[in-house]
Amino acid sequence: MLAYLLRRVLYAIPILIGVNLITFALFFFVNSPDDMARLALGEKRVTQEAIDRWKRDKGYDKPLLYNPQAQGAAKLTDTIFFTKSARMFAFDFGRADDGRDIAGEIRTRMWPSLAIAIPTFLIGLACYVTFAMLLAFFRATYIDVAGVVLCVVAMSISGLFYIIGGQYLVAKLWNLVPISGYGAGLSAWKFVVLPVAVGVVGGVGASARWYRTIFLEEMNKDYVRTARAKGLTEARVLFRHVLHNAMIPILTGVVVVIPLLFLGSLLTESFFAIPGLGSYTIEAINNQDYSVVRAMVYLGSVLYIVGLVLTDISYTLVDPRVRFD
Amino acid sequence: MPALPFKPVLLWTDALVFVLLAAVIAFAWQVRRREHLRQPWVKVSRSRLGMVSAVLLCVFVAIGLLDSLHFRPRLSADAADGRANYAVETMSVFDLMVTGLRTRPETTYSAPLATHLYAKETVEGPDGRQIRVYPRLKYGGAHLQDPERDWAPDVLRRAVAGVAAAALLWNLVLAGAIAWLAARRGQGFRATWQTVWRGQTDVPWREMLATAGVLLLLFGPAAMLAAKYHLLGTDKVGQDVFYLALKSIRTGLVIGTLTTLVMLPLALLLGIMAGYFRGWIDDVIQYVYTTLNSIPGVLLIAAAVLMTQAYMDSRPGLFDTVQQRQDLRLLFLCLILGMTSWTGLCRLLRGEALKLREMEYIQAAQAFGVADLRIITRHILPNVMHIVLISVVMDFSGLVLAEAVLSYVGVGVDPTMISFGTMINAARLEMAREPMVWWSLAAAFVFMLMLVLSANLFADAVRDAFDPRIGGRTGRLGFLARFKTAGGA
Repeated sequence: MLAYLLRRVLYAIPILIGVNLITFALFFFVNSPDDMARLALGEKRVTQEAIDRWKRDKGYDKPLLYNPQAQGAAKLTDTIFFTKSARMFAFDFGRADDGRDIAGEIRTRMWPSLAIAIPTFLIGLACYVTFAMLLAFFRATYIDVAGVVLCVVAMSISGLFYIIGGQYLVAKLWNLVPISGYGAGLSAWKFVVLPVAVGVVGGVGASARWYRTIFLEEMNKDYVRTARAKGLTEARVLFRHVLHNAMIPILTGVVVVIPLLFLGSLLTESFFAIPGLGSYTIEAINNQDYSVVRAMVYLGSVLYIVGLVLTDISYTLVDPRVRFD
Repeated sequence: MPALPFKPVLLWTDALVFVLLAAVIAFAWQVRRREHLRQPWVKVSRSRLGMVSAVLLCVFVAIGLLDSLHFRPRLSADAADGRANYAVETMSVFDLMVTGLRTRPETTYSAPLATHLYAKETVEGPDGRQIRVYPRLKYGGAHLQDPERDWAPDVLRRAVAGVAAAALLWNLVLAGAIAWLAARRGQGFRATWQTVWRGQTDVPWREMLATAGVLLLLFGPAAMLAAKYHLLGTDKVGQDVFYLALKSIRTGLVIGTLTTLVMLPLALLLGIMAGYFRGWIDDVIQYVYTTLNSIPGVLLIAAAVLMTQAYMDSRPGLFDTVQQRQDLRLLFLCLILGMTSWTGLCRLLRGEALKLREMEYIQAAQAFGVADLRIITRHILPNVMHIVLISVVMDFSGLVLAEAVLSYVGVGVDPTMISFGTMINAARLEMAREPMVWWSLAAAFVFMLMLVLSANLFADAVRDAFDPRIGGRTGRLGFLARFKTAGGA
């Protein structure tokens, strides 16, 4: 088990290197630092001195991959790749365009993101599983048909409309909670309620439909027929037998997103003006702050890989049939 | 040679759309001739929801195709040397058909079917004093003498006339369809009508004709009203919202279809290679798609779009007209979305190829010394096509939805391009206005829901028919009968 996990973690290293190379190529080969300087300075006729000054300020006045003028190991370390990209392995993201330390920003901004993302995730999971089980219990009746139709319609509505509709109904028409904003400490609850509710409602279509499929698949198995043949009630079959076994694919399916909760949701956070990592990313995209976008891309990949490793662990925990050699 | 009254323009996405259309027609031709390929499609054609949504999709596709035929109209004045001058602006055939909607801009917001602007403006009264009034619209309801008195009767009259015209047209369609069916079935007209009316045909003609009827009944009054009013109001700069909503359809369709088209060759090639050759090729391909897959989609798209944006901004010589820039950006967006979404299909294809290569007929082919390339094209490719088809139709609706979100985030289509995303983005600030401007949002919502919902339902019908694994048990709405036989509750 330990050896297997170690192998999984080691396998993650080349992937991270690949991610780093992709982002580096995307940000420095598609546009040379000179192009970026010209865009950032924003004037039609920019002098070469201005470009050079901009590059020096940002630390882009180095060769991309190999510095023939430096001595010894500095031939490789005194380059844009080493100072901008390779340092991300150590979670040193450098500074944003406004001069603030990106890693520090991430540490303070992850809490509002988590305050929204964790309740959305947990309440959502509970709601979807309950709803899917309800549909599975009433399978082949009009309740089930209506529920599935509802899911398909819900899936077909853009997430933007859930947010806009929620803000309009709950915050503007009924005046229950503020439209947007965020507060410190526990007083933040009234800012959190609406985004969480919107997030849960918005995800119901796809998830509930998928879980229903899992439940139905499980219900067609032999052990369920045996349980019914023993004379167990349908409710007992559903809760004791089907639920337990159906939770294996459901849980292992959602474990991979748990680390990504840190990043928050781009849309929700920007609509509700929540100072989390999602809105940080959106601001960076709008201000064309490439160092922040690069940092978020890298961080996102790291978290995804962590999620994959966690998924493997969760397999071994919930399903004793899974063994590793 | 006499100069044409127009100069055809082939934008990049137009060309790809027509390539796709040609491919679909060629594919349909192949399927028609082969019984085993036709079988799943026959199953699709029996699905009621699937066919109803197919009718809807056909309307959307027709609008999108008309909107993909671009040209530059000839100007009335010729150049000095006698050559024809063409307008700078590129138009589509669809633009030409709805010229009335396109060329009647108001100054700012007006509500659906309104005769007055939505905001008060200061105008000079007849006695020279400044007064604040809601000014009359320049075009919307401009034919009315006294809007207070004439508006309601006029709207009603137009709506009724539209319904009547639509009903007449529908009767013609109905009669034509029944006559065609009667000729095909070798039955009398009356007998055919009765079978269709009772819903006893294999293909759900009754439901399809009813859908066409509902669409016509909506279209008739809409066309009559849109001729003299702004059916869905106008937006901030006075553009007709109905026109914007119709134009958004092409953008949505292009993103939904071309994205899969551009990623398909890559996914097919790499997926089948990985599964068929295994060994180090498999390792390398798996590494590539795992790496790409581990970057969260939105962030990778954002980064890539930002970079292409910067690339295009620093090279203004790449395109002559605004439309060309919009088009190039749309194409880049499709490419980028394709690059981030091919990994899923690639993995599926790899798994299928792994399974297929152990099949006896492929082992036999290998034993006979058939070349790998020939085995792949003759034996593996045809047997993974159902996976490709399912994933193409299933991805469509997700991509249309993704466009709206990405345009909102600022990494979608060009901000000047008409799309659902830019419509929603522009309408978002109107929520805060008092009283609220709701019609742009509502129009975008309804049109998008119709497009995505019909695509989703059609995709389900296709998946149920093609996927032998899940089609039988967990199909969507046809499962009632199956459960009763399977001994469910």
